Amino acid sequence: MDGIHDVGGMHGFGPIEREADEPAFHERWEAAVFAMLMAVGRAGATGNADRFRHAIERIDPVAYLSHGYYGRWLGGLETLLIEAGIIEQSDLSARARSLGARSDARIAARPAADPDRVPAAARADNRRALDNPPRFATGDPVRTSTAVKPGHTRLPRYARGKCGRVVCCHDGWVYPDSHAHGDGEQPNHLYTVAFTGTELWGADADPNLRVQLDLFEPYLELSDV
Amino acid sequence: MSDHDHHPDEPAIRAEALEHLLVEQGLLDPADVDTVIATFNERIGPMNGARVVARAWCDPGFRERLLADATAAVAELGIDSGPGGQMEKLVVVENTDSIHNVVVCSLCSCYPWAVLGLPPRWYKSPAYRSRIVREPRSVLAEFGTSLNPYTEIRVWDSSAEVRYLVLPQRPLGTNDLTEAQLAELVTRDAMIGVERAGAIES
Repeated sequence: MDGIHDVGGMHGFGPIEREADEPAFHERWEAAVFAMLMAVGRAGATGNADRFRHAIERIDPVAYLSHGYYGRWLGGLETLLIEAGIIEQSDLSARARSLGARSDARIAARPAADPDRVPAAARADNRRALDNPPRFATGDPVRTSTAVKPGHTRLPRYARGKCGRVVCCHDGWVYPDSHAHGDGEQPNHLYTVAFTGTELWGADADPNLRVQLDLFEPYLELSDV
Repeated sequence: MSDHDHHPDEPAIRAEALEHLLVEQGLLDPADVDTVIATFNERIGPMNGARVVARAWCDPGFRERLLADATAAVAELGIDSGPGGQMEKLVVVENTDSIHNVVVCSLCSCYPWAVLGLPPRWYKSPAYRSRIVREPRSVLAEFGTSLNPYTEIRVWDSSAEVRYLVLPQRPLGTNDLTEAQLAELVTRDAMIGVERAGAIES
């Protein structure tokens, strides 16, 4: 999906703000969000990491940028728990109001018009042995897909329709594009593909830049250069 | 970004509300929160990655194994790389005189928790995620890392479940240091690749 999360190469976010001696968590609630996500994951209540990432991608863009990393996690977690029927939106809002929340403003994602099936609890590991051989080998020139679906994918916008070279084959892995939507694991071969800066960003780009991405086989076609 | 639509305390309050509901349903033990805090303050952090780097600087055989199969090499040091560590497959990329590596996750904030702990805020910020894939040389300069224009910069955008760790160059003038002393020179930011491993002040 063309979402607010897919920020690679965008302009306008300003300088990078660093903090000396940063703690693992700045506030207790951030650790609580972390603990809640791990706990519901262990209980198999909400699906898998791909589904969680997609729930974050569905957060309202203003909220996505306003609430920081653990705010986004909270939004994704709310969505998964509500869609799995584990908590009710009305109960959560009522509880938040009783604790002093001033509005019902949701961090959670907007409900999908056609909700995904909640997948069976995922295995903890994502590597899968495949019977089919990889289509590409190290050194092969490849071109990335330009197709854009509304759902989850791990091909960033900035690398669509670009030519690169396979630099590593990682064997089979669960395919996030199907796994996030309850459509099964559909494991695929995964490759590290290297792109030049000029291929990604044009003739004025840094001539000594190489960007590597880990891309699944369905994102790639052999290219003739 | 304006926050006029959202009260700044909103996430904290909503997290507390959700925590109450999950505790009532028996899905969360309130003690889990303290466990998470203790784990990432004391047990899982950049000190783990620093041990890996210092060992690679001191032991050429380990360095070779680390670059060939980092997941297995890190396990030799007793560092748990399991799924909870966000590190099913670790790849270590080595800085040289002509190549400088730097790691990002532009789509979310994937990070090798088992060796670096949880990522700093800047790593998760749209500013870093947007700029490092496009103008890394100027971003690195802001971090105080000025590179020769001919140095190749390799950006690793962790778009799947493979996680990346940078093996920085060993600082000059450190021949007399022990492995433990060397580990103290290895910062989190050097292993992300935005700075060099600590030079000895002269």
